[in-house]
Amino acid sequence: MSTSGKNGNGAAAPQAGADVVIDCNIRQLYYGDFLAVRDTAIPVKRNTITAFIGPSGCGKSTVLRCLNRMNDLVRGFRFDGHVHFRGRDIYAPSIDPVAVRRFIGMVFQQPNPFAASIFNNVAFGLRLNRYRGSIGERVEGALRGAALWDEVKDKLDSSGLALSGGQQQRLCIARAIATEPEVLLMDEPCSALDPIATRKIEELMLELKSRYTIAIVTHNLQQAMRVADRTGFLYVNSSNGGRTGYLVEFGESKQVFGAPREEHTKEYISGQFS
Amino acid sequence: MAATPGSVSSGPFEGVDLDGLERSLRRPRTLVGIILSGIVTAMTLLALIPLFSVVFMLACRGGHRLSLALLTELPPAPLEVGGGFGNAIVGTFFIVGIATLLSVPVGILSAAYLAQASEENRLASAVRFAGKVLTGFPSILAGVFAYGAVVLSTGTFSPLAGGVALFILMLPTVMLTAEDAIRAVPAKMKEAAIGMGATSAQTTWMVLLPTALPGLLTGVMLAVARAAGETAPLLFTALFSNYWLVSHGQWNLMKPTASLAVLIYNFAGMPFDNQVELAWAAALVLVLLVLAANVAGRALSRGQVRY
Repeated sequence: MSTSGKNGNGAAAPQAGADVVIDCNIRQLYYGDFLAVRDTAIPVKRNTITAFIGPSGCGKSTVLRCLNRMNDLVRGFRFDGHVHFRGRDIYAPSIDPVAVRRFIGMVFQQPNPFAASIFNNVAFGLRLNRYRGSIGERVEGALRGAALWDEVKDKLDSSGLALSGGQQQRLCIARAIATEPEVLLMDEPCSALDPIATRKIEELMLELKSRYTIAIVTHNLQQAMRVADRTGFLYVNSSNGGRTGYLVEFGESKQVFGAPREEHTKEYISGQFS
Repeated sequence: MAATPGSVSSGPFEGVDLDGLERSLRRPRTLVGIILSGIVTAMTLLALIPLFSVVFMLACRGGHRLSLALLTELPPAPLEVGGGFGNAIVGTFFIVGIATLLSVPVGILSAAYLAQASEENRLASAVRFAGKVLTGFPSILAGVFAYGAVVLSTGTFSPLAGGVALFILMLPTVMLTAEDAIRAVPAKMKEAAIGMGATSAQTTWMVLLPTALPGLLTGVMLAVARAAGETAPLLFTALFSNYWLVSHGQWNLMKPTASLAVLIYNFAGMPFDNQVELAWAAALVLVLLVLAANVAGRALSRGQVRY
């Protein structure tokens, strides 16, 4: 693992306060014998957008997937540290990972609607939870929330797979918010989309943050600057053989992009390496 | 054909022999191409001969007996005229139905397990291996097994025993095609379901199986088509009967039961013209039923969604 390069711990983590929804502190995260991420502490505040940026392989997606225990699906995954969701340790043995994912929803890099109608895609989570109220109302509400309603209201019975890429991604967002989770994790949600669809998703994120808390991984620095309130920069020094990612700097996006404290951050955001 | 090095300098296309573009039998590769195409076509036609001659012969020998009476009446006694094999059609549907009811839940649910088991899962590899071995299992052994397991323990030949024998033959086909169909569901859909907080049962039931449905149905129809034509396993298990499965309002469930395949086997060897004709007609009906199942299976797989 990489011990060279500055460990950003000193510059990290504003103190966890009452408005912190997810308090994530990863000391060491392994896939089998491979140390993938170390020393990364990111508090995610309520009703804000927190962005994770950094070069490929720095572990930003890995960290994001820790937040709703999606990493449980990866064999050999284990980590030392904690993830607290509203004060509860979601990795405690008594916690059901399935229930965690119902509070902390996820939107993936590739739009992944089910091979089912638009309506049934959005109703999926409601049916998982045996929702007793009017499914139709909730579906409409979620589709409106995802700024998709006007485009699909006349074809709710047609397949979700027949939509364009951008519409599919908004459908996935509608599906995720239909069950009203507290937190939405978005793993590079725009990387498979064209610029116009990307802008729509970004506008949507800014609207959604009044009701949800959002954590987003992005490769696109402009995107992080446009939407994120706070940004964490993760880094992996692959030039000298290091493969372990770690948090270099975390703070208000204005500060991280405008006046980075760390040399690595400065180099990265000025495009000196990618 | 190509420009010689010397001629290149005089311009890009100078010296290129454009006659090389013309089709000509004098060029060896054109000639070889034509001969090989001819061989391939001839072999294809040759492969069609057995299939079409069988169907043609069945249509000639059995076609003229096709009538409603054939499908609704009981088999005739020796030297009697007319008659039909309605009971054998009902019996075939009934026995294959029992086999399907047994093999669909076992096959598809075990496939759901196999498709989601990890690479090193010993149980999964053992089951998969057993399934592949069972695919080439001689069908008569399935009959012997069902004879030992069901006929001897219940003390009678029955459609249930026949159903168990055919179940053993259908299971590997249903299970292995279903595993492929479930594996073909894109991983991102499974991930989406888990990310929504679906349990693995919900993921399987609400996402994997519905998405894989056309593939699952195809496998079931192919297995049904195979099972419907099996004779050997039924000789030991369902045997044969000249009577209806239901008579005088009573189900004869634990009695020997007729099936088309066994009827063909029995009647084809009889020294009576009427019975031999019925055997031909029964063969035609059986082929048509199997064909229908195959066509249905293919139609269902054509309806498969592309992701």
